Amino acid sequence: MITFLQATFEGLSLGAVYSLVAIGFVLIYKATDVLSFAQPALVVVGAGLISALAVDRGVPFWIAFIVGILLTGIIGLVMERTFLRPMVGEPVFSVAILTIGIDILLRTVLNNWIGLNPRYLGDPFQSFGNFGSVNVGGVTLKYLEIAALFTGVIIIILLSVFFKRSKYGVAMMATSYDQEAALAQGINVGRIFGLVWLISGVLAGFAGFFITGGFNTLTQASFLSALRVLPAVAIGGLDSIPGAVIGSLIIGLTQGYVAYYQLMLEGVIGFSLGSGFSLIAPYLIMFFILIFKPDGLFGTKEVERV
Amino acid sequence: MLAVKNLEVVYQDVILVLRGISFEIPKGEIVSLLGSNGSGKTTALRAITGLLDTQNGDITKGQIFVEDEDITDAEPSKIVNLGIAQVLEGRRIFSELTVTENLRLGGFTNNDAVKQNMERVFGLFPILKERAKNISGYLSGGEQQMLAIGRALMSDPKYLLLDEPSLGLAPKLVEQISELIVEINSQGVTVLLVEQNANMALKISSHGYIMETGNIVMDNPSEKLMQDKDVQEFYLGLNAEGTERKSFKDVKHYKRKKRWLS
Repeated sequence: MITFLQATFEGLSLGAVYSLVAIGFVLIYKATDVLSFAQPALVVVGAGLISALAVDRGVPFWIAFIVGILLTGIIGLVMERTFLRPMVGEPVFSVAILTIGIDILLRTVLNNWIGLNPRYLGDPFQSFGNFGSVNVGGVTLKYLEIAALFTGVIIIILLSVFFKRSKYGVAMMATSYDQEAALAQGINVGRIFGLVWLISGVLAGFAGFFITGGFNTLTQASFLSALRVLPAVAIGGLDSIPGAVIGSLIIGLTQGYVAYYQLMLEGVIGFSLGSGFSLIAPYLIMFFILIFKPDGLFGTKEVERV
Repeated sequence: MLAVKNLEVVYQDVILVLRGISFEIPKGEIVSLLGSNGSGKTTALRAITGLLDTQNGDITKGQIFVEDEDITDAEPSKIVNLGIAQVLEGRRIFSELTVTENLRLGGFTNNDAVKQNMERVFGLFPILKERAKNISGYLSGGEQQMLAIGRALMSDPKYLLLDEPSLGLAPKLVEQISELIVEINSQGVTVLLVEQNANMALKISSHGYIMETGNIVMDNPSEKLMQDKDVQEFYLGLNAEGTERKSFKDVKHYKRKKRWLS
């Protein structure tokens, strides 16, 4: 039972982190019709910025944290302005390929900077003792994971309030439904696009910290964790924000359970699945879900496929 | 006064859609712009409100003025700010959002007066108040058209451009909409009415322009247009008195439609 709770907790917290990136991905797709494959790269860029500021430059952690996340948002904004604005109206496929190019660009620069040794982000929870974790009834809760879960929940609540209540939030929804009608209301669609990318960048920055913070460390392979957002988005359906959250939770929980129950599973089926199986499992889940629901669990039918 | 001078619009760099049209909408009046499919009515509206970009269109000649300010090629948001609101053809409400949210979006440029404008819209269209919390996609066609007009009124425009408000509505609703347009006009909003339903449009407007393949072929006060023989035959479906009802079978195909320029 304790193992189960432990796995569930870790899965949920991972899922919350993935859902931040996934929401950014869906926002961009809905509002601007761009499948941004650069989102996972933005995640590691955010982590890199925090690390560079907090560890290399010695900036106090919380300042570095905020500045790093904001900078990630601004990088997203600049990406939209420079690379994607001229591509408005081009086929979804070409724009998607362009974002893969941006992704490679960001990662190459970043990997060069990361080098071979893992980099730390200056985890503020380490100083709390017991390896930055608390023990509740036998379940080890890492502060980082608790924080990830809370941040995820809070951001999702804030965003849903933003979309329902605020002027720009509603305008963003309107733009995603009917760009021309939005223009006719006097909504500055260009500014909305910028705002969408800024928000998505900020979300990626948050996720970057939680994926690579603490003992996880930022390495050249951190990108692979961020990449798991793509199966999450595919499971949820490309254009549904609740879908993105649920897809992320499915992926997170899968990873959590596989990590804890793989040995038991191998005992039952009689052969080894290998040490990296928890990394592959999300893709397997995606594979099976897409066989039965090709548009994802919550996706609309006419969504263009790439 | 909203004035269009010698406007020429080209789509996709090759398709000449407006061939230098000029018209004027004096303050406080209802002016109608009539014409058959593809004559360029909607393009003229798009040119005014700056929505040509999304259709790959360009203004190649001519100017558009509102109160002597040149708004040719201005940003749509600036044009809305100057007090020109367009009701798009086919209503184009945000059907996933509620009625209130739609109205709030209409007031995007005029956020401070949202409450007051919403009261005004609810006063004009009481049915929208009842439906305020409903998802707008589930409204009936007439209610959706009212919502589209109400949404445009939320920016408190001086000029309201209506693109086929009668489209797809039952005759009774068309009548209701036309009465509402008159009422909106009496509140001091100048209206440009683009219509296929010439009967309804000419009844409520003071002046009419008739378009054909990108040109304005006729321009007269509405009563005069209603008396015009060609307009009666080709737009109002009336025959000259005493003549037999014509059957299209007996008419040469090239004479079935009025060709003004030949």
